[in-house]
Amino acid sequence: MATMQLREAINLTLHQEMERDPNVICLGEDLVGGMGTAGGPEAIGGIWKTTAGLYAKFGADRVIDTPISESAIIGAAAGAALAGKRPVAELMFADFIGVCLDQIWNQMAKFRYMFGGKTTCPAVIRVAYGAGRNAGPQHSQAAYAMMTAIPGLKVVIPSTPAEAKGLLASAIRDDDPVLFFEPKALYATRGEVPEEEYLIPFGHARSVREGEHATIVTCGQLVGTAEKAADTLAKEGIGCDLLDLRTTSPLDEEAILDSVETTGRLIVVDENPPRCGLAADIAGLVANKAFAALRAPIQLVTPPHTPVPFAPELEQAYMPSTAKIEAAVRAALNYR
Amino acid sequence: MQLSRELMLRAYRQMKVIREFEERLHAEIQTGEIAGFTHLYSGQEAVAVGVCEHLTHDDYIISTHRGHGHCIAKGCDVKGMMQEIYGRAGGLCKGKGGSMHIADVDKGMLGANGIVGAGAPIAVGAGISAKLDGKGGVSIAFSGDGACNQGTTFEAMNMAVVLKAPVIFLFENNHYSEHTGVDYAVGTAGDIASRAEAFGMKVWRGNGCDFFETFELMREVIEYCRAGNGPAAVELDTERFFGHFEGDPQRYRGKGELDRIREERDCLTNFRAKVTGAKLLEAADLDALDAEVLTLIDEAVAEARAAPRPSADNVLTDVYVNY
Ligand SMILES: Cc1ncc(C[n+]2csc(CCOP(=O)(O)OP(=O)(O)O)c2C)c(N)n1
Ligand SMILES: [Mg+2]
Repeated sequence: MATMQLREAINLTLHQEMERDPNVICLGEDLVGGMGTAGGPEAIGGIWKTTAGLYAKFGADRVIDTPISESAIIGAAAGAALAGKRPVAELMFADFIGVCLDQIWNQMAKFRYMFGGKTTCPAVIRVAYGAGRNAGPQHSQAAYAMMTAIPGLKVVIPSTPAEAKGLLASAIRDDDPVLFFEPKALYATRGEVPEEEYLIPFGHARSVREGEHATIVTCGQLVGTAEKAADTLAKEGIGCDLLDLRTTSPLDEEAILDSVETTGRLIVVDENPPRCGLAADIAGLVANKAFAALRAPIQLVTPPHTPVPFAPELEQAYMPSTAKIEAAVRAALNYR
Repeated sequence: MQLSRELMLRAYRQMKVIREFEERLHAEIQTGEIAGFTHLYSGQEAVAVGVCEHLTHDDYIISTHRGHGHCIAKGCDVKGMMQEIYGRAGGLCKGKGGSMHIADVDKGMLGANGIVGAGAPIAVGAGISAKLDGKGGVSIAFSGDGACNQGTTFEAMNMAVVLKAPVIFLFENNHYSEHTGVDYAVGTAGDIASRAEAFGMKVWRGNGCDFFETFELMREVIEYCRAGNGPAAVELDTERFFGHFEGDPQRYRGKGELDRIREERDCLTNFRAKVTGAKLLEAADLDALDAEVLTLIDEAVAEARAAPRPSADNVLTDVYVNY
């Protein structure tokens, strides 16, 4: 075990996977940082420092610093994956999915189905997502709910450094296209991480806290927020069963339903706006498959149906918080 | 063409406002009071002012993530901008957008923009609208040497040519997109104008650190577009004096590069040397403007710091016109 930042855990995984499999290639903007400058390659080492050192070790053919051309980057990842490589493409912000949506939605997500199951498209798209850095409406979106809605894509959202490592390794080895959402507000958070290789399978939620009174389902950076809420409530004798989904596609339905069968109360915490979002999706699942177990209305803790605002006070009001999660748990418990 | 004294004073003042705005932000950001990502325009002032001094509110511009200079040059209220950057309720966009989204559509300023390459197509639409209005209005898309690599920019250039829209694709080549050099990222050996030319439009090139050169060149370009000749492209060579964003360690720069560009390519110093050397203006005229601008920026910062913050319920407003 070593203590490392989430960004370092990602960096270590990229090193290990590139070392392990010569078909793994990385591409993205400023991935190397310093190309064509006096400072030279690796002068910066990636805007989030997640790709530092890769170029020096694996060279320009496998660590590809691209112009600002998201459609071409993601399209190239799709093509390289069809042609036998395992590309790991980086979008600096999840919001830039908007620039290259065709390549994700109409191309890589559909190849296998359209081609009658005759091909695979093992591409990973790493994106930095989420609010909390006052980056404004075009640099703060969560966007994983939108991607979860697309058949053919797998969607992964790590919540800690150790989770990031095991999930990214699985994503790179997976034969389907994977959207890998890195919580950018957590890049610098530290945690214990096993240095050796390990894989965390998709579709298996992580039990973060066990409790019998209410189920809290969430993912990504909100796992930490929910953990704090659960710990506060635990001091009052309210036990929360906290699930970190890890992957929203595939979704661990069983873990959610099992927990709700015990607690009878569900709180879904999601960073996407509420309409057609993850919270509504999971609420629908539970209403459909565990209706009889419910003892209170399902509580949805999401931002409002608005873009992400810039000003710190507004962004705080926008985001799900420990206070909002606690209030939702209490509302469920106080119902009848 | 010999510029009037009034125009020279106004241009100098505008460039100075941009410079002081940015230098002051650079200092204030260190205090931690300003949230988010801020990209400063210092070094490129002659471009924004050399372009916008030719425009009226019937002309449109669209800007980039590095938008403060374009906003000021197009007439956005400096104090409202400062409040926006401080995330205050009285900001030009009520604190909802921040540095990367300052806009004042009534003044033809269609916004700074956080998506690199988003501006050029939007400028084509504004150009189509200006053409329909028939008042000779033009639409200008400011783009960087990085943004010129987006497919959106290519599509917009071709469409403007096809539609003969009065759009000017204004490329500010400051030699870097984030931490990457232009020679690496732009396949035509860093030459952006020739690429635009290949789309079938007339192009101009110039020194974007020289106000007089930029201003004269833009006079020609804008006359050309106002006359209904269709789009044009301009590549201006310029420098950014700060990092890509505030906090950038700039290890990609050459040794002494920052000192050298401030020494040799500062549009304000060069302006002053030129006009005083040719006895067009007195140093005292410029000194007086410097002092006035400093006071303006001092006030803007003090007022922004003291201004009320937005209340939480403002999150919900302005999503739709009605709903
Ligand atoms: C679609 C998109 N991709 C990437 C970014 C991240 N980004 C912001 S500014 C920038 C560099 C832009 O370079 P250039 O166009 O030369 O403008 P400059 O910063 O030099 O003013 C990048 C890559 C972005 N904001 N939007
Ligand atoms: Mg540039």
